[in-house]
Amino acid sequence: MLSDITIGQFFPGDSLLHRLDPRTKIILLFFFLVAIFAVSSAASYALLAGMTFALILVSRVPLRMMLRSVKPLWWIILFTFLIHLFSTPGEELAKIWIFTVTWQGLAQGFLVCLRLVLLILLSSLLTFTTSPLKLTDAMERLLSPLRRFGVPAHELAMMMTIALRFVPTLIEETDRIMKAQQSRGADFSEGSILNRLKALVPILVPLFLSAFRRADELAMAMEARCYRGGEGRTQMKALQVTGIDYIACLFSLGLFVVLAFLR
Amino acid sequence: MAFIELDHVSHIYHAGTENEHQALSDVSLSIEEGEFVAILGTNGSGKSTLAKHLNALLLPTRGTCRIAGYDTCEEEDLWKIRQEVSMVFQNPDNQIIAAVVEDDVAFGPENLGMPPETIRENVHRALEAVHMTRFRKFAPHLLSGGQKQRVAIAGALAMQTHCLVLDEPTAMLDPQGREEVMTTVRQLHQERGMTIVHITHFMEEAVDADRIVVMDQGRLVVQGKPREIFAQADRMKDLGLDVPLAAELASQLRKKGVPLPQSILTDEELVAALTQ
Amino acid sequence: MSIALEHIEYLYMPKTPFERQALSDVSAIIDEGSFTAIAGHTGSGKSTLLQHLNGLLHPTRGRVLVDGVDLQPADKKMRQAVKEARHKVGMVFQYPEQQLFEETVEADVAFGPRNLGCTEQEISQRVQEALQLVHLDYDTYAKRSPFQLSGGQKRRVAIAGVLALRPKYLVLDEPTAGLDPRGREELIRTIRRLHEKQGMTIIFVSHNMDDIARLADHLLVLNQGRLVCDDVPKHAFAQEAMLREAGLRPPHVMKLMQDLCAAGLPLQEETALTMHEAMDEILAAYRRQTSKNRQRKEKGGKP
Repeated sequence: MLSDITIGQFFPGDSLLHRLDPRTKIILLFFFLVAIFAVSSAASYALLAGMTFALILVSRVPLRMMLRSVKPLWWIILFTFLIHLFSTPGEELAKIWIFTVTWQGLAQGFLVCLRLVLLILLSSLLTFTTSPLKLTDAMERLLSPLRRFGVPAHELAMMMTIALRFVPTLIEETDRIMKAQQSRGADFSEGSILNRLKALVPILVPLFLSAFRRADELAMAMEARCYRGGEGRTQMKALQVTGIDYIACLFSLGLFVVLAFLR
Repeated sequence: MAFIELDHVSHIYHAGTENEHQALSDVSLSIEEGEFVAILGTNGSGKSTLAKHLNALLLPTRGTCRIAGYDTCEEEDLWKIRQEVSMVFQNPDNQIIAAVVEDDVAFGPENLGMPPETIRENVHRALEAVHMTRFRKFAPHLLSGGQKQRVAIAGALAMQTHCLVLDEPTAMLDPQGREEVMTTVRQLHQERGMTIVHITHFMEEAVDADRIVVMDQGRLVVQGKPREIFAQADRMKDLGLDVPLAAELASQLRKKGVPLPQSILTDEELVAALTQ
Repeated sequence: MSIALEHIEYLYMPKTPFERQALSDVSAIIDEGSFTAIAGHTGSGKSTLLQHLNGLLHPTRGRVLVDGVDLQPADKKMRQAVKEARHKVGMVFQYPEQQLFEETVEADVAFGPRNLGCTEQEISQRVQEALQLVHLDYDTYAKRSPFQLSGGQKRRVAIAGVLALRPKYLVLDEPTAGLDPRGREELIRTIRRLHEKQGMTIIFVSHNMDDIARLADHLLVLNQGRLVCDDVPKHAFAQEAMLREAGLRPPHVMKLMQDLCAAGLPLQEETALTMHEAMDEILAAYRRQTSKNRQRKEKGGKP
């Protein structure tokens, strides 16, 4: 079902993580992602995994929802695991047909998958605990120094806001159009790849038409509400760095130092 | 001078192409401050086009359109006009911009460059006025249609608008949602004296208006008090419109020789007239 | 022959924080030839129920039988029979014009029969027939783009697209939503004719109790996923408390007649369902009242 996709969805709440300035979260996330790929010892992975788990608890996002954000990428993770399992040379553990499984492969596969899972979990934590509007606000601020080089920071942020706002609406709409065409005998699950691609036309055409209509009406509504680009615009919730941001940064810094020792 | 003054306004879409289409022909209309005007007409009668002239989303091809004294063709007055007159559109999904209710209500004031303190204050009051404070942190797709339309109304109120133009705001709602929206609109009219221009094809929603304007094929065909308009049941039917049940029954009964007054509009009036 | 719903239960997004029971223990029989209305306010489970009727959704528990065929059989060999049973039920979604996609009206209406694997000759015959059923002239409209038509016409084309499947049961989700009064009346006339002239079984969702009153002979009311009423409309409308709890109201005509009766107009039957019934009743009562008054006056005249 299409509505099973949870990546990029906000889980409203008032936890410490929700209250952090989104800019802090984005910057820290960036460094943690770098750290995940930079370290290699089991101890540092344990530390990172433990930290991720602790953050999930702090965020109060249900564990089940967090795991569901991993679900769509399950096949990629499994595939990566198998590739490492079979292709890493080393001490032989077992032999399956022409493939050789090694101890090193098992360890390597496990590590790489752990990396992927941590990466997905941490990124989802950002989107789960940060409202899309704050996220785009933060992006706009972080990008604004680049404005003098011609990067349209405000426009990009507005585009993101609108895209995020319409994700649930468009998912619902796709579901409805698919069902309507199915009711007219369309079949999306049988036949050759070419036939399946052809079967998408009756879904894509109505979907695009409706998206254009929506865009048109939305533009009209924005204009009616005096929207005229970023110039002279103020914000109700100006982003503000507070005490918890400094604490979070200090805490992370400490963690990075430990990680640097553990490697 | 009236708050809204349309003087011989015509509007032509795609002028000079083969799709050229005259949506408004020679419409003159004035609406006073604090008035509640309902605009009726079938699809394609030009009522939406008319509405979009009221806050300069469309400009007249011929004629002039003055809102609160400003000519809509004067570029520099555009933002003043749009702050005076706000619009609520038909599809509740296509006018909510932000992913959280209160952020959406703040969108207009933010565009006007109000200071954050004022915005917070306005957003709070606007949500109170439409009874949506409880939902301020909600994502719009979790709201019902009626609630979404009330959020859209709050978005207009937060801009400190004096006039609401509602373009078929109830067409996509269920009876409950329709009731919610209409109650809110009536309240804003009665308690704050807001000017309301309400476009609809649900006749019951027009019964309470101060004045009804009927459009057909781009022309303003008739206007008057609801009582006068709905007394002409046959004419309304010819225009593809309806009249409220009591008015329709009264008109049919009159044809069968029952002596009933022309002005019957509500159930109570019909009951009283039949059982006196 | 009928569509039978047997103890249907449907869980929405099971095993997630959003899990919600959309339908609980719904049992009903929709007879062939009936004109069935389904009412309930937004979120009552109407749309979920509709999607069970042609197997777009399968119940978490319970079964749906179309002319005796279970839409989700345990036995895989039944696949062909299930496919046929599903095609007996034509489904017109809300705002169906939004699913149009072909360049011409003809091609769009032909989409369904083509999916069924009909021959070209059969397809063109079905397209003509379907357009005629919704009162669109074939020669005028077949070659036009559906996107250049008016709102009401687009909707007719979309309905023709479903009729071209030659369904025995036609399901419509709020068919008149968003149309103006003229468009509403025209579409209702069309649907009524499908029932009367073609003998099609109609199942429709509507918020408009006055429409239900004048069209339906069978009414199902849903409230929070439960079936709270399964009766002929006349009886259903008499249960005001049940309706109010379900967020519905009895038809306006009925309310008016009750008011008249309470105010003392000598009506013989106070449960008129259409405006015409109401008018005849009122007229008769009015005449009775005036003649009685006249008699009284005459009696009073000679002591």
